[in-house]
Amino acid sequence: MNWEEDEEKLLPSQRPEWSDVSPLPQDDGPNPVVPIAYKPEFAETMDYFRAVYRADERSPRALQLTHQAILLNPGNYTVWHFRRLILETLSKDLQQELDYVSKIAEKNSKNYQIWHHRRWLAEKLGPDAAGRELKFTEKILSGDAKNYHAWSHRQWVLQSLGGWDDELEYCHQLLEEDIFNNSAWNQRYFIITKSPLLGGLQAMRESEVKYTVAAILANPENESPWRYLRGLYKDDPKSWIHDPQVSTLCLKVLTSSGTNHVFALSTVLDLLSHGLQPSRELREAVDTLNPNSSSTKDSLGNTICSVLEHADAMRVNYWRWRKSQLIV
Amino acid sequence: MEGEGAATERQRRATASQVDQWAVQDHVFKIYGAFASIPRSAQSVILELQRDKHVEYLTRGLQQLGPSFVVLDANRPWLCYWILHSIALLGESVDDELEDNAIDFLSRCQMPHLATTYAAVNSLVTLGGNKALSSINRWMHDAGEIDVRACYTAISVASILNILDDELAKGVGNYILSCQTYEGGIAGEPGSEAHGGYTFCGLAAMILINQANRLDLASLIDWVAFRQGVECGFQGRTNKLVDGCYSFWQGGVFALLQRLPAFGGEGFGTSDVEVEWVSDSTSEGDDEDRDSSDDNEALHPEQDQEGHQSSSHSPESSTAVHIQHSRHNQLEPLFHTMALQQYIVLCSQEQEGGFRDKPGKARDYYHTCYCLSGLSVCQYSRSKNENSPPLPTSVLGPYSNLLEPIHPLYNVVSRQYHDAQDFFSKY
Repeated sequence: MNWEEDEEKLLPSQRPEWSDVSPLPQDDGPNPVVPIAYKPEFAETMDYFRAVYRADERSPRALQLTHQAILLNPGNYTVWHFRRLILETLSKDLQQELDYVSKIAEKNSKNYQIWHHRRWLAEKLGPDAAGRELKFTEKILSGDAKNYHAWSHRQWVLQSLGGWDDELEYCHQLLEEDIFNNSAWNQRYFIITKSPLLGGLQAMRESEVKYTVAAILANPENESPWRYLRGLYKDDPKSWIHDPQVSTLCLKVLTSSGTNHVFALSTVLDLLSHGLQPSRELREAVDTLNPNSSSTKDSLGNTICSVLEHADAMRVNYWRWRKSQLIV
Repeated sequence: MEGEGAATERQRRATASQVDQWAVQDHVFKIYGAFASIPRSAQSVILELQRDKHVEYLTRGLQQLGPSFVVLDANRPWLCYWILHSIALLGESVDDELEDNAIDFLSRCQMPHLATTYAAVNSLVTLGGNKALSSINRWMHDAGEIDVRACYTAISVASILNILDDELAKGVGNYILSCQTYEGGIAGEPGSEAHGGYTFCGLAAMILINQANRLDLASLIDWVAFRQGVECGFQGRTNKLVDGCYSFWQGGVFALLQRLPAFGGEGFGTSDVEVEWVSDSTSEGDDEDRDSSDDNEALHPEQDQEGHQSSSHSPESSTAVHIQHSRHNQLEPLFHTMALQQYIVLCSQEQEGGFRDKPGKARDYYHTCYCLSGLSVCQYSRSKNENSPPLPTSVLGPYSNLLEPIHPLYNVVSRQYHDAQDFFSKY
């Protein structure tokens, strides 16, 4: 793409090479609703686009026109779709097209069409594109560490094109920067379950539990590692309730003062519902938190729900419902 | 395990997530604090839904949009739906001329994209009447962007037009199932992060194809319940910021769950038989007698010295909730409906018309649509069925704030949904 051309900003009607084309105006009917007051530049560019689209003209000038249209509105999926058809017909260099998309993406990192276009290009380029795509998403994530599209794209690249080698380390770096980044935790889960270089969830569980427990103890109010910990035992509740690290962790958090106890309590409740036999220390720790001493004859689950109704008042209805679901 | 020194060091160094979160919390709590400190008469005024202003803002959008809307040019059917649905929720209708123009525009619209088809169909259903409903042509659907939204929009459209069949449902259930994450919520694609928008779409689609029980509903409920934060509104993902639009995406999940037979609901039969609910255990005796002024008590969680949310507080919220101990406990919504209404009305509502993501952000039609939809969900969260009007205690602010009820599967106003069902059942 010749970027200098854009400096001229001559509209199609002002260019001799477009003189053979009759622009096609937008047909919204006589009195359209939600009418947008298009600027003349936009209206004219789209009128010419409609003409080449209708004629299915897949030429260099049509390609340039899609570029103009994209600059004016990167959200028009029809334009992107047609651009792809032209790229194929003209057998254009797709690495160059990636350069192009990268530039457009700078200011539009949350635009579905751009990411879709990128995915299409990377798929066509194959495994060789993996490195570049990982670098690109890393760049986007350095500015917006939770960008949903970027993460989605990154996962697609890993699964379709490869490049897993440094992914766990990358995840760790992001968590070092921000232990509350749930997207990074989610990515970590993705890696340990899907990476062909690692042994799978069960094989990774031991080390991951240690990692997660450390994260929780550093910030017990951080929901992400608590859910991640639970996820490590997905589909295996027996291991979940029998792992001493889990109940030890809960006990530790519950006996710390000035700490958020909500997730620890919720975890114990979850463990109980899967058959955990609570230790005396655990029971005592929960009882200490219960302002209502008359309910010491209640089941531990009941007591936990009562505590949470006060300690996590936003979810009072939820905890009452949980209590009603307890098998006494 | 890292030493205590390193741990406390990290705690002192606030992360980006924490900084962003505390900034929003501060802003929101200032609003709640200011609200709590003004006299009750002034509070009543601020809690009012600015109906006239909203309708004005919405109607203007239907008539004319500025050049900056060019970024939504491909999505004008969406603009149409957001605006028309918002107007319908407010119990208003557009004048005949605008209505004809809308129908005309929507039938001319090229809609190769599945999502815009959904928006167009819902717009026409919202407008209602023979002209709008006749103009809907039936489309066959082929694969577009493969993600959970595509599943929902395709199935929703097919269902509302009465052409949902096994062919369409085949494979979708497996796909959505694979999108439920370890957190409990549903993602846009397998492996991605659990997200409010996709959780709503995924659950709604599963319900439409009668496979909701294949999901791990317990973990889904747990995830979505924890998306309501101290700001009283909902966040879209764990450790992200509150946003008014999730009032519907997340709040709506509860509306869907409540109607599932597994939770004591009456289900979603396409032949919506009106169930005559005999007033059994839900009125006399079991209701807590409360001063209705408690409802307007601002939910103002305590903050510790560093301005962070203290975990051990007990805000007035627990007294502001109207607990209805029905026999099967089926009507009690699992989230804090009054808190959510508080966020919508005090933080998202703009006095000049329209709604926004959060204080400091600009209003837009998308947020107007989903804040109002979420508000409706809250108001009707304790209603047994669409025909029984909510108790005043379910509505934050004056009872005149009451909106029209929606059908949570499609997010169109109930009455219009039933009219469309009647219309298409004849085909």
